[in-house]
Amino acid sequence: MSKLDAKIPEGPLKDKWNSYKDKIDLVNPANKRLIDVIVVGTGLAGGSAAATLAELGYNVKAFCYQDSPRRAHSIAAQGGINAAKNYQGDGDSFYRLFYDTVKGGDYRSREANVYRLAEVSTNIIDQCVAQGVPFARDYGGLLDNRSFGGVLVSRTFYAKGQTGQQLLLGAYSAMNRQIARGKIEMHNRHEMLDVVVVDGKARGIIARNLVTGEIERHSAHAVVIASGGYGNVYFLSTNAMGSNATAAWKIHKKGAFFANPCYTQIHPTCIPRSGDYQSKLTLMSESLRNDGRIWVPKNMGDVQAIRDGKKKPTDLTEEERDYYLERRYPAFGNLVPRDVASRAAKERCDAGYGVNKTGEAVYLDFKSAIQRYGKEQAKLLHMPDASPEKITELGEKVVEAKYGNLFQMYEKIVDDNPYKTPMMIYPATHYTMGGVWVDYNLMTTIPGCYAIGEANFSDHGANRLGASALMQGLADGYFVLPYTIGDYLSHDIRTGKIPTNTPEFEQAEREVKEKIEFFMNNKGTKSVDHFHRRLGKIMWNKVGMSRNEKGLKEAIREIKALREEFYKEVSVPGSDQEMNQELEKAGRVADFLELGELFAKDALDRNESCGGHFREESVELAGEQKGEALRDDKNYAYVSAWEYKGEPSEAVLHKEELKYENIELKQRSYK
Amino acid sequence: MNLTLKIWRQKGSNVKGKLVAYNVADISEHMSFLEMMDVLNEQLVNSGEEPVAFDHDCREGICGSCSMYINGRAHGPDGGITTCQLHMRTFKDGDTIIVEPWRAKAFPVVKDLVVDRSAFDRIQQAGGYISVNTSGNTQDANAIPIPKLNADLAMDAATCIGCGACVAACKNASASLFVAAKVSQYALLPQGQVEANDRVINMVDQMDAEGFGSCTNTGACSAECPKDISLENIARMNREYMRAKAVTK
Repeated sequence: MSKLDAKIPEGPLKDKWNSYKDKIDLVNPANKRLIDVIVVGTGLAGGSAAATLAELGYNVKAFCYQDSPRRAHSIAAQGGINAAKNYQGDGDSFYRLFYDTVKGGDYRSREANVYRLAEVSTNIIDQCVAQGVPFARDYGGLLDNRSFGGVLVSRTFYAKGQTGQQLLLGAYSAMNRQIARGKIEMHNRHEMLDVVVVDGKARGIIARNLVTGEIERHSAHAVVIASGGYGNVYFLSTNAMGSNATAAWKIHKKGAFFANPCYTQIHPTCIPRSGDYQSKLTLMSESLRNDGRIWVPKNMGDVQAIRDGKKKPTDLTEEERDYYLERRYPAFGNLVPRDVASRAAKERCDAGYGVNKTGEAVYLDFKSAIQRYGKEQAKLLHMPDASPEKITELGEKVVEAKYGNLFQMYEKIVDDNPYKTPMMIYPATHYTMGGVWVDYNLMTTIPGCYAIGEANFSDHGANRLGASALMQGLADGYFVLPYTIGDYLSHDIRTGKIPTNTPEFEQAEREVKEKIEFFMNNKGTKSVDHFHRRLGKIMWNKVGMSRNEKGLKEAIREIKALREEFYKEVSVPGSDQEMNQELEKAGRVADFLELGELFAKDALDRNESCGGHFREESVELAGEQKGEALRDDKNYAYVSAWEYKGEPSEAVLHKEELKYENIELKQRSYK
Repeated sequence: MNLTLKIWRQKGSNVKGKLVAYNVADISEHMSFLEMMDVLNEQLVNSGEEPVAFDHDCREGICGSCSMYINGRAHGPDGGITTCQLHMRTFKDGDTIIVEPWRAKAFPVVKDLVVDRSAFDRIQQAGGYISVNTSGNTQDANAIPIPKLNADLAMDAATCIGCGACVAACKNASASLFVAAKVSQYALLPQGQVEANDRVINMVDQMDAEGFGSCTNTGACSAECPKDISLENIARMNREYMRAKAVTK
C-alpha cells in the first residue's frame, strides 16, 4: 500500500478550493501568537508566505543565505506573471489558464492544484498593485499585458523586463512591515543544514550562521521549505551561484519524498557559452520571442562562412534563412512552449547549423519587428514619406522601450549590438519542475513540513509555461499555504513552545557538525568547483535535453564514482568558525552529487517523452507529428515520488496516479 | 592577458586589513570580472590558501549582491553596470587592478570584500512598504488608473537593486539616492498615500541613525548607479520630506 494520499477535496473541480476553505479548522488570533513557523528561503514563495503568516499572527522565523531577503533569485525573473484577468477581452478564463497550464505541462500535473492556481492568479495581481508594484500600463492608465509561449491569449502582466524583481520587492516590503512589527525574526546569511523531526513531525531546523560559523538550533511548530529549484546540479544554469538544493535534499533524507526529479526545463533563449571559465549562463526573457524570429542559415556553406567570419548574418537574404520554428509549427511559430523550442534549436545545431564557433547557437532576429513597428509609428506620426532609415530608427525606439534592458544586458556580455545584428541564443538549464512531493495542502510526507514554490513539484507537470513560476510562487505563499497550514496548526494550540534541548535536536546538530568537521579535516587536493563542473558535464551530456537508456545508465555509474572521489579528494581551506564560502559550496555540491544520481535514475525509469523530459526511445514514428515527443499515458500517467533509503540507487519509487476528469489527454500539438 | 591584482584582505570586522598583491595569467577578455576572481580563487585553493571572500549571486546584474570598488570606482570602470557585468575586455594586458570593499561607516567590513549592508534593510523596515494585508479582497487591480508617465517613473525608481554603490561612490557616504528611490516609487503611485508623510520621515530618520552622511548634491551616486537612478528622486524625496514635516508635528 502506497503512502501517498494527495488529499484532493471531493466535489466538482470548480468548487474544490472554495468548499475546502469553508471546511478547514481555523486558529483563533490569540492562539496564533503561541505558534511558531519557520520559513526557509525568501524568494517569491518564501517571502510572501513569511509576510502573510506574520500578518495572520503567527511568529515567523525566516532564513536566507543571502545578505538580505531581497536578493533571492526570484529577483532575476524577467518576463512576467500570468493571471486570468481577461482584461484584454480575448477569451481568457480560469478554465483556459488551467487548460493551458495542464496542456503545457504535458498532462503530468495534478488537475486540482492547477485549477486552484488559476483561481487565485487574479488575486495576486490585485494584491501586488495594492502593494505598489509598478506594473506596465497603457496610456489610459490601465494595466498592459503581453503574450507568452504556449498560449493564445495575452494574460501576462509585466514590469519592463524586471517583473520578478518588482514582485519580489513587493513581497520583501510586506516582510519588512512584519519585521518592523517583530512578527518576523529575520535570519540573513544563514543556511539550513538539517530538519529536526520529533515524534514524526517537523519541529525545527539546524542552521549555520554563515558569518560566524556558529551552528544554531531553531524550533517551530511547522517548517516551510521555499528554497527554490535544483538547476545548479548542471553547474552551468541560469540560477544564481548560490542557488542550491540542500534544504530540499535534507528533508528528503529525513522522510520527504522527492518527485519527478527528471522534469527539468531547458530554456530556449539564453546567451550561448563562450569558454570553459564560464561560471553561469544568462537568460534572455522569453518575451523576446513575441517579436524576435528564430533562424539558422539554410545552406551549410553560409554556416561555414559565418563561423569563419567571412559573412555576417545580415548578409543573408530571406530565402537563405530557415525560420525553423515557423516552418515546423505554423500555428504557434516562434511562440511554441519552451521544451519544444529548445529541442528544435538542438536539432538544428546537432545537424550542424549552429552559427557560432562552438556550433551551439541560433539567431534571434528583430529586423522584422523593427520594420513593422517603424512603419506603424510613421503612420501614427503622419510621416508617409519616411525614409527606410527613419523607419528603422522609429522601430528601434519601440523595441528599445519594450526590451531595452535585455538588449543592453546582451550587449554588455557579448559586445555586439542586437539592434543591428541578430542575437545569438542557445538553450540552458533554467527551472526544475520536479521537487519535493506535496499533497493538496502543500505538505510533504513529513507531517508539519511544507514545500512551496519551485521547491515543490506540484503545478507545472513536465514543462512549465512562461510567466507561470512567479504566479505559482506567489499563489503558494500569499493565498494557499496560509489556509492549509492553519488547518494543521489548529491541532497545535496546546503544544506550547518546542524545546531545543531534546535528543532529536542534539542528534541533528551532531550530524551537521560531523559533516562540517569532515570537510575541514579532509586533506584533498581539488577544489569544490572542480567536482561541480564535472558533475555538470555528466548531467548536461547524458541527462540533458535528450536522454537514452545507455547514457542514463552511464550517468548513474559516473555520478556515483564522482561522489566517491569527491569525498576522498575535495579540499576546503580556512576555518569553519568564520565566513567560509568554500565550505558552503562543499555542502551544497555533496547534495547535488546525490540528487544528480536520483535524477538520472528517475529519467531512466520514465521511458516516455513528456515535456522537458525527452527519451530518444519514445518519439512519433510516422504522420504529421513524426519526430515529435511521444508520451505514454497508458504506462506513465503518474507522479514518481522517491523515498530515500540510503544511497540514491536504493531509492524506492511510489506512484501517484494522475486522474484527468476535466480535461482530455491529447498529444500536444503546436503545429 | 596577465594581470596584477591588489586585493583588500581582512580576516574579520575587528581586525586590520591590507592590500595583498596576486598575479593571474591567461585571462580571457570575454570573462566577467567575477569569473576572473574565480580563476584567482581556484588558484588560491589549489595552493592551500584561503580564497578571497566576496558577495555575488545572480551574476546578471539584478540581485545587487556584488559590490567591489575597482580602481577607485564603485563596480569598476564603465557605466550602468554591476561588478558581475564588468568584462575583462575593459582592461589591458599587464594592468594592475586595485580591488577594495565598499567604504562607509554604515557598511562595516565582514571579511575581505564582503560588507554588512543590513542598514539598508533597516531603512526599508522603517517605512518602505504600503500597509496592506494579504486578504484576496483588495480592490480590482484596474480600479485606479495610473497615468502611464507616473507608472513609468515609479518603475524607474523601483529598479534600484540595493547594491550600495551610491553610498560607496559618495564622498559623504550618503544613502540619499537609495532612500529617495524607494520614497519616490511610492510618492508617484496613488496606493499608500495615506501613510506617505510617516513613511518619508521615518525612512530619512533611520538613514541618519544608521550613520550615513549628508547629501550635498554632488551626483556621484547617480553617475555610478548600475541602474541609472536619477538625481530627480532625491529632489522628490526632499520635497516629500519638507511637506511631511510641515503638515505633521
